[in-house]
Amino acid sequence: MSALTEPGVPGRVGESDSPLRRFLADFFESRVATAAFAVLLGIVFIALFAPWISPTNPYDLATVDILDNRLPPGSEGFTGQIFWLGTDGAGRDVLSAIFYGLRTSLAVGVMSGVIAMFIGSSIGLVAAYFGGRTDTLIMRVVDVQLSFPAILVALVLLALLGKGVDKIIIALVAVQWAYYARTVRASALVERSKEYVEAAACLALGHRRILFRHVLPNCLPPLIVVVTVQTAHAISLEATLSFLGIGLPITEPSLGLLIANGFEYMLSQKYWISIYPGIALLVTIVTINLVGDQLRDVLNPRLQR
Amino acid sequence: MGTDAPALKVENLETHFFTKAGVVKAVDGVGFSVERAQILGLVGESGSGKSVTGFSILGLVDPPGRVVGGRIEFMGEDIANADEARMQSLRGNRIAMIFQDPMMTLNPVLRIETQMVETVLAHRKVDRAAARARARDALGQVGIPSPDERLAAYPHQFSGGMRQRVAIAIALLNDPDLIIADEPTTALDVTIQAQILHEAQKLCRERGTAMIWITHDLTVIAGLADKVSVMYAGRIVEAGAIDDVLDHPVHPYTKGLIGSVPSRNKRGAPLYQIPGMTPALLNLAPGCAFRERCPRAAPACLEQPAPSEPVPGRSVRCFRPYVEAAS
Amino acid sequence: MSGSALVEIQGLSKRFVKTLDLAGKLANKLGSSIREETVHALDGVDMTVAKGEVVGLVGESGCGKSTLGRIVAGILAPSEGRILYDGRDVAALAPAEAKAVALKAQMIFQDPFASLNPRMRVRDIVGEAPLVHGLVTRGELESYVDEVLLRCGLDTSFKRRYPHQFSGGQRQRIGIARALAVRPDFIVCDEAVAALDVSIQAQILNLFIKLREELGLTYLFISHDLGVVEHISDRVYIMYLGRIVEMAVTEDLFAAPNHPYTKALLREVPRLETRHSDFLPVEGEIPSPLDPPRGCHFHPRCPHATRRCGEEAPTLREISPGRQSACHLNDGV
Repeated sequence: MSALTEPGVPGRVGESDSPLRRFLADFFESRVATAAFAVLLGIVFIALFAPWISPTNPYDLATVDILDNRLPPGSEGFTGQIFWLGTDGAGRDVLSAIFYGLRTSLAVGVMSGVIAMFIGSSIGLVAAYFGGRTDTLIMRVVDVQLSFPAILVALVLLALLGKGVDKIIIALVAVQWAYYARTVRASALVERSKEYVEAAACLALGHRRILFRHVLPNCLPPLIVVVTVQTAHAISLEATLSFLGIGLPITEPSLGLLIANGFEYMLSQKYWISIYPGIALLVTIVTINLVGDQLRDVLNPRLQR
Repeated sequence: MGTDAPALKVENLETHFFTKAGVVKAVDGVGFSVERAQILGLVGESGSGKSVTGFSILGLVDPPGRVVGGRIEFMGEDIANADEARMQSLRGNRIAMIFQDPMMTLNPVLRIETQMVETVLAHRKVDRAAARARARDALGQVGIPSPDERLAAYPHQFSGGMRQRVAIAIALLNDPDLIIADEPTTALDVTIQAQILHEAQKLCRERGTAMIWITHDLTVIAGLADKVSVMYAGRIVEAGAIDDVLDHPVHPYTKGLIGSVPSRNKRGAPLYQIPGMTPALLNLAPGCAFRERCPRAAPACLEQPAPSEPVPGRSVRCFRPYVEAAS
Repeated sequence: MSGSALVEIQGLSKRFVKTLDLAGKLANKLGSSIREETVHALDGVDMTVAKGEVVGLVGESGCGKSTLGRIVAGILAPSEGRILYDGRDVAALAPAEAKAVALKAQMIFQDPFASLNPRMRVRDIVGEAPLVHGLVTRGELESYVDEVLLRCGLDTSFKRRYPHQFSGGQRQRIGIARALAVRPDFIVCDEAVAALDVSIQAQILNLFIKLREELGLTYLFISHDLGVVEHISDRVYIMYLGRIVEMAVTEDLFAAPNHPYTKALLREVPRLETRHSDFLPVEGEIPSPLDPPRGCHFHPRCPHATRRCGEEAPTLREISPGRQSACHLNDGV
């Protein structure tokens, strides 16, 4: 026996109670999600303002002293500054490197996520709305795409394209658009059969207007969830590729590259060079996923009235 | 078993939902009784608390809802305060429920046979063969052709009407004393609805099963029920024998409801209509809940009217009933 | 009736074909027998609706009445047959004219929750189409929306709200306002009051009656509820499994139904006046439209069925002036 919901019981609520406001109220109900969201905001802040808040610029050769190399956390450097998280093999401040690394990692993750979302959801929308052969063709391509491991496709693409931020974004978009296409198609199929879409057709509104003004906004909830989860996925994928040395160039190190740089020192007790960037990566991905989980709960159509 | 005790007697039942926004008094002082072989129609619009009443009797109200007061006597036994074990031994056995959506009862991944045999075995000490025979009989009773073959089918292999019949057959399995039916024919077509009503009626007449038929549809109740209780905003506003209530309604709400049925109006002319809409039950203001829509509302209606008997055999919650119209 | 027909439907058929996808075709090559499924939702339907008339269309679920409504409202395209609007074939119109005609026929839907876009404000739901089609300018829009809302009995201060903030009856009014905003002549109501409470149902029916008087609207009123149809319609069509089985002026139909299916329907519809009745239902299920019976679709459930009924489908023909029925019994066998 399931819970019973009597229509009319909830009672009608305040004046201009927009869907957005309801959504925000629901989202911040969970303390874990609120905390995760706050941490994520902090991470985004650090990433955005890394050049201004980092203690040093780790890539400015003038400020880096090779004599400071591999200092443990909390040590005082040659010029008197304190390295709270120690330094790496080249004498760079690990804390500053993490700040800059976050900037690169997040930028790559968000950029590829957003681009993949636009491409993927447009394709999914078209597939759902027109159906038939268009739909079959698109969805078979999606199936093929999803049947290859993402890391493998990315590896092959990067081997062909070479290194660089733009290249890795292309690779990430190529492995991720299909998730968006599938998600949007599924919810667009549900929405398309609803009476309000029939009503829009009856009002002789154009295909494009129906698609983008009526169907797409109602597909947003699952899409938002996929965007968060896939952005986290993109960040970790990029870290993996960079760790393997085929992602970003050494001049623009992301968290993955920092971990790789410190890896050779792990066995010689210089744990901090790898571990702290690793923790930063972990915290970033976990908070995004926590936010994504709460979004999933809040936007779940079964809980919506 | 007590012979003169009614099958079910409910007194002053209160079921409230404690939501974040406040208390919703979904059922607020409801009382009625059903004799054996009698059909009680519980009529109300959405949000009137009629379904919650049914769930409350079965002890199936989930949080944030809770039965906060009242007495429920089933065959003379107080079950309002019975423990869960006792309720489980009654549910699906002595008391059965039929829902609007038969899939509330049916498990989509199990064969009908499995579900029906389990239901029998849960309450009776018989072997599987006997349980299966009972299941087959029950399917036959509700007019399902070739019950032996249909036992092996899955719920999705039945049409909507047939599925509802299977749900009714499951309700019948253990020969219950009371069946609570919550809008069981609302989703069905006219000819299929007539078939279901036919089965319900037969059951009641032949086996003496008492029945509570919860619906929003007065016309269904008219042909089926012996007596009727009309609910509005969590309270029973008028109750009495079916003919009396439908022919001479005394409460302004009942009168309005009956008056707005199309067949009671001149063809093509505007229908009699009750103005406004049903009130939200959240933090409902005290007093008669109908007064804002009532053509006879008076200052007295700011108080909550208690049940009175303005005409013999009729219980009405109203300060200004249409009594002169009833004589 | 013939001269002033607003909508005329001729030989309308609609088939829904579930084509096989690649996997299905492959499976067939390998020897399995998955068939393409064809649902004959409508099978040669003829119907006329005169200007200013309210025509009721009654049938049970799966009989094709909603499909017919959607084709007439221009949401679905027919597989066969023609629709004449004001004497002109809708399919043969130039694009600009076709759009104008499309706006003239609007639809009110059953589900007041699914029929409004949950992410649009009432103002946009009602005002979008008139603005897009240039019926009003942006400057006039606010007052135009107000006017339409007031006509439908809605408070104009609700304009900025979203659909979830309204009750079922109010939402149905918003749906009606949306349809009226493009100034239609013809409205298809598909079970438009079925999902509403009794007291709200009366309010919406009254709104339909009022709008008809004020705006001279023509309705096709699709419903399974005979009581509602009897009240509001001038003429009634009865449908069973994709075919019209009977047509008559409302009084005649309810006084003396001709077709056995109509008789069964009328006998079984619950009424306030019938008490403690013995329900004597018609036997059997409504057959699947995937595999309708041969001959007369109703013959397996018909108490008067003969051999002929199982072999030859009766045609809908005039049995007395203004009255049509499709039953072999009328041939006096």
